[in-house]
Amino acid sequence: MNCRSEVLEVSVEGRQVDEAMLALLHTILLHRSTGKFHYKKEGTYSIGTVGTQDIDCDYIDFSFVRVSSDELDRVIRKAVGEFKDAMGNGTDGMGQISLEFYQKKKSRWPFSDECIPWEVWSIKVNVVNLANEQERQICREKVGEKLGEKVINIVEVINQHEYLPKMPTQSEVDNVFDTSLKDVQPYLYKITFQITDTLGTSVSTTMRRLIKDTLAL
Amino acid sequence: MLASYVAKRGHSMMDSDLSPQDKKDLDKFIKFFALKTVQVIVQARLGEKVCTRSLSSPTGSDWFNLAIKDIPEVTHESKKALAGQLPGIERSMCVEISLKTSEGDSMELETWCLEMNEKCDRDIKVSYTVYNRMSLLLKSLLAITRVTPAYKLSRKQGHDYVILYRIYFGEVQLTGLGEGFQTVRVGVVGTPIGTITLSCAYRTNLAFMSTRQFERTAPIMGIIIDHFVERPFGNVGHMHPCIYRAPGEDEGAYNGVEDSQEVCTTSFSTSPPSQMGVPGKEGGVPQQVPVQPCHGAQAEHRRVSSCPPADHVPATPSSSGEDAETSSRSVGVKSGSPCGLLETTFTRKVGAFVNKPGTKVTTASLDLPFAAFAPRAYDLEENDPMVQPPESSATSSPLQGSLHSQGSGESGGPAQDDFVMVDFKPAFSKDDLLPMDLGTFYREFQNPPQLTSLTIDVSSQSMAEDLDALPEKLAVYEKNIDEFDAFVDTLQ
Repeated sequence: MNCRSEVLEVSVEGRQVDEAMLALLHTILLHRSTGKFHYKKEGTYSIGTVGTQDIDCDYIDFSFVRVSSDELDRVIRKAVGEFKDAMGNGTDGMGQISLEFYQKKKSRWPFSDECIPWEVWSIKVNVVNLANEQERQICREKVGEKLGEKVINIVEVINQHEYLPKMPTQSEVDNVFDTSLKDVQPYLYKITFQITDTLGTSVSTTMRRLIKDTLAL
Repeated sequence: MLASYVAKRGHSMMDSDLSPQDKKDLDKFIKFFALKTVQVIVQARLGEKVCTRSLSSPTGSDWFNLAIKDIPEVTHESKKALAGQLPGIERSMCVEISLKTSEGDSMELETWCLEMNEKCDRDIKVSYTVYNRMSLLLKSLLAITRVTPAYKLSRKQGHDYVILYRIYFGEVQLTGLGEGFQTVRVGVVGTPIGTITLSCAYRTNLAFMSTRQFERTAPIMGIIIDHFVERPFGNVGHMHPCIYRAPGEDEGAYNGVEDSQEVCTTSFSTSPPSQMGVPGKEGGVPQQVPVQPCHGAQAEHRRVSSCPPADHVPATPSSSGEDAETSSRSVGVKSGSPCGLLETTFTRKVGAFVNKPGTKVTTASLDLPFAAFAPRAYDLEENDPMVQPPESSATSSPLQGSLHSQGSGESGGPAQDDFVMVDFKPAFSKDDLLPMDLGTFYREFQNPPQLTSLTIDVSSQSMAEDLDALPEKLAVYEKNIDEFDAFVDTLQ
């Protein structure tokens, strides 16, 4: 099975990084989350309901829809916050944040479980600094339009209906889905990022943030 | 004879590739997918943020495992447009979104098209794959509806313009979108009877709007001036405003109860059909999720009796703001026919600045905005809501709700004055204990009497008098010329 990989690129001002990343990550997760599974007898299961909510950005002329789950939002915000901190404040720079969906494959002892990615979204961010308010206003609108284009790109890719993990039995559900949240159930995912300095070289302080990983024991 | 028998049998075999249960399920899925598509689009053009709660346990009435509310008027309009048919090949369902200004200009902004082509996917599992892909497509629709230009316009609708929707069935009409319109494809779902496609064509040439300011302007404090007694948004009999009324109102007008009988199947199986009744395997390869007619049917049968009608499901707590939203009567009742042919009775929810209706009112009486104010503006202060506002919670845009109530055909209301004066009490003012209170002062200050010298009659009279008196005045001045000279000397 080949892992599908998609790359999105955006240029934003420093204070727009959070909202731009949240908009794109939440749009992807909206499509990659289901309601909670409730397994019943005879191998059947029912699926909970996913609610949605509109979010208006403060620094970008843009609104997006995310899954109504404060828990999920907190996790994503934390990751984006760390990415932004790593990018530094007030400096130009480039970075990349990746959202990887994976399946776990159980291995026998002493080997640890294997994580097999099946879809990776990479968002390349170019941070610019602007000189005056007029430029910032133009940037608000331009970035809003760009994010709209990215949302359309995301939807196009997702609706190609390529590989999705098979629906698991009750014993396998934790190998496919993140069942830790109370209200929704995204596919297993991890968010990682790396920062590039302005020279374009990869710095040695590449940081890896694992949200749900069997190695975090 | 044999040949015709074989041909006939062959034809019927093709039709029966889809089992009766699958066909029934597929038709139901397509029907509810179409209804939910319209709901998502119209709700995205209401002008406000939408928020629904996630529920870990299914209720049985949330189609496609998504919390999408059903606005009764929108469901009613959708069903009317469908008229018992389903979207199919060469039978597209379209939702047209347009903008109408207070001056009567209108412009189509976008057209959402739900179409079907002939490309069939006969191997696809109806009850699982088609259903889940429809759910995915609705999520994509939620995302894309916030991205097209009409979304920002709809968020700013209010005094200057409103957003209207129209649902029609049949051939797609895009000519109203102007030159250079763009198309975005939301997605596709393959089914055994054809491929469903959902797309949006949107206008890019908004030139007519660039010369006007579509900013929301607040009304003058305390005085509601009705700029347009004859409805500015009239003559839109087939169009409907994108407003939302809380559920529970006017249910008599819309009999959505029949939908309660068609609850969504929320039960899936991890076992293949041949192993129905056998527990799912443990620890092995996950089973391909199959069709589950038994369980689905059981779920339905169990739930029909106990599940409340979809339309009556209360709004989720996080959207209580929407529950408290106003409204005057929505126009959605009267569609397709002008001049208020439908005299529907209903009970309306009272918003701020609206006279409390004591009893049910008919649509005809709501032709004019603030019609309740106009005949009674000069007396009965105790009934004046501006003086004693009703206790129902105010909405963020009561004017919007009132203005939107006029979208339907004209019904020739009585002629009214151009301005409706409503008495008001300024903030922090007490009752009239003094002869001159703040309210009186404010009114007098706002409307000072005109200078007499500026009135035409007075000025023309004084001109004649002045001319007559001129010789006498000149004589007096000549007599006192020494005084004038002395005065001029003092100035130098």
